[in-house]
Amino acid sequence: MSKIVVITSGKGGVGKTTTSAAFAAGLAKRGFKTAVVDFDVGLRNLDLIMGCERRVVYDFVNVINGDANLNQAMIKDKRLEGLHILPASQTRDKDALTQEGVENVLDELRETFDYIICDSPAGIERGAMLAAYYCDEAIVVTNPEVSSVRDSDRMLGLLASKTRRAEQGSEPIREHLLLTRYSPQRVQKGEMLSVDDVRDILAIELLGVIPESQAVLQASNAGIPVVLEENTDAGQAYDDAVARFLGEEREHRFLVEKRGILGRLFGG
Amino acid sequence: MASTVGSMERSAAFELKGRMATLTVLRLLSPDSEALSAQLDAKVVEAPAMLRGLPIVLDLGGMDEVDAGQLRRWLDIVRGSGLVPVGVCGVAGALAEEARAQGVGVFPDMVGGSRGGARERTEEKPVEPDTTLGRIVEQPVRSGQQIYARGGDLVVLASVSPGAEVLADGNIHVYGTLRGRALAGMRGQREARIFCRSLRAELISIAGQYQLSEQMGGSESAGPVQIYLEDDALCIAPLE
Repeated sequence: MSKIVVITSGKGGVGKTTTSAAFAAGLAKRGFKTAVVDFDVGLRNLDLIMGCERRVVYDFVNVINGDANLNQAMIKDKRLEGLHILPASQTRDKDALTQEGVENVLDELRETFDYIICDSPAGIERGAMLAAYYCDEAIVVTNPEVSSVRDSDRMLGLLASKTRRAEQGSEPIREHLLLTRYSPQRVQKGEMLSVDDVRDILAIELLGVIPESQAVLQASNAGIPVVLEENTDAGQAYDDAVARFLGEEREHRFLVEKRGILGRLFGG
Repeated sequence: MASTVGSMERSAAFELKGRMATLTVLRLLSPDSEALSAQLDAKVVEAPAMLRGLPIVLDLGGMDEVDAGQLRRWLDIVRGSGLVPVGVCGVAGALAEEARAQGVGVFPDMVGGSRGGARERTEEKPVEPDTTLGRIVEQPVRSGQQIYARGGDLVVLASVSPGAEVLADGNIHVYGTLRGRALAGMRGQREARIFCRSLRAELISIAGQYQLSEQMGGSESAGPVQIYLEDDALCIAPLE
């Protein structure tokens, strides 16, 4: 039984694409057949983060328009068996996506894959709503600051009313909160909202807390999903989040000061 | 439901109230005065306890070209048979003036009670009942959402987020933290109140009297509070 998971936030720049890449890789690493779809038509990024930008031939819009079939457009990841990427078109805009086209592509992906990760564009307009419309689960990526929290809250409201499950009155989608760019030091100084503040306002299950980390930027530049960098704090935090997503119980790490963590990692 | 429009001062000698009451309408189907008189008398003999002294409205909507003399004659016949005409309807212009001169009020055209009226009525939307259970919301009210409990209370079993708006004609209960906007008594019900487990609202309003979070200053509290209207000022009082 395949699942469609949307990675969304409302606000831009909070780490949706990083999270999409990390989750897709994390699921594939555990043996699930996983597709990750870039819905950010016109601002294609996922292929860079996944390190497959030089292998893009056809894209999502080509498939919707019937210029190419899905097999031609899907890019197979070189590191992980069962991981495929469907890149967005860089030369088109979000109007190139049609509801029917998206549904057809997702239905076809469901036949092959266990998980379909939809990397949503920022905002609450057409592109973002199409990415979320057919989802079964949603991961809401939030930074610990007030504007990001408010935008996530808005997105949660839309997920509860504007998705197919909501419109058909079937079982509501499962919502998960992923807090990214978290800096315990800055929380202590009162410069950032704490985990508890954010949970209190958004009132959904906490999937994980990803610490603010150099490793994320380095992995992005190198085109490696950060979850594969197993000896970094962010990589481990994403791995924990994927494990929790699959139902494992894992303690939340990286909620205390960074130095302590580094100290533990590197033996003092 | 009664709404008070008179003076609220203690020394007021009267107040004006709107009440719902059922009135019997006597709809004339023929301009024949003698037939009216004979048939009305027969009807009163049939059910004297019910009809004698009964206030009625004389409906002339089915009549063509009624003159002042006819109106006076019909009113005399109605009074003569023991009924009390309190008004007429289906009249306009000079005829309405004549009715007032005869000491009866003029009603606007009524709907219902006649076959023609009944047909019109089925085309209307169903009338909402005066009292409702209100509305219960079990999920958090998210930023950008607006929930209105028309004609009753709104009960939210979770929190109301910043940027969300909850409205009710009656009271508003929030069994979580109220962080957004809450407007109770939307149709001017000054008795409406707002209750919440914790007050961090952006705006609160009862019957149009509002306060912004800026004006609430130190009155924001962590504990449960109620908000009510007293002399045009919003009062925030702890519940414990």
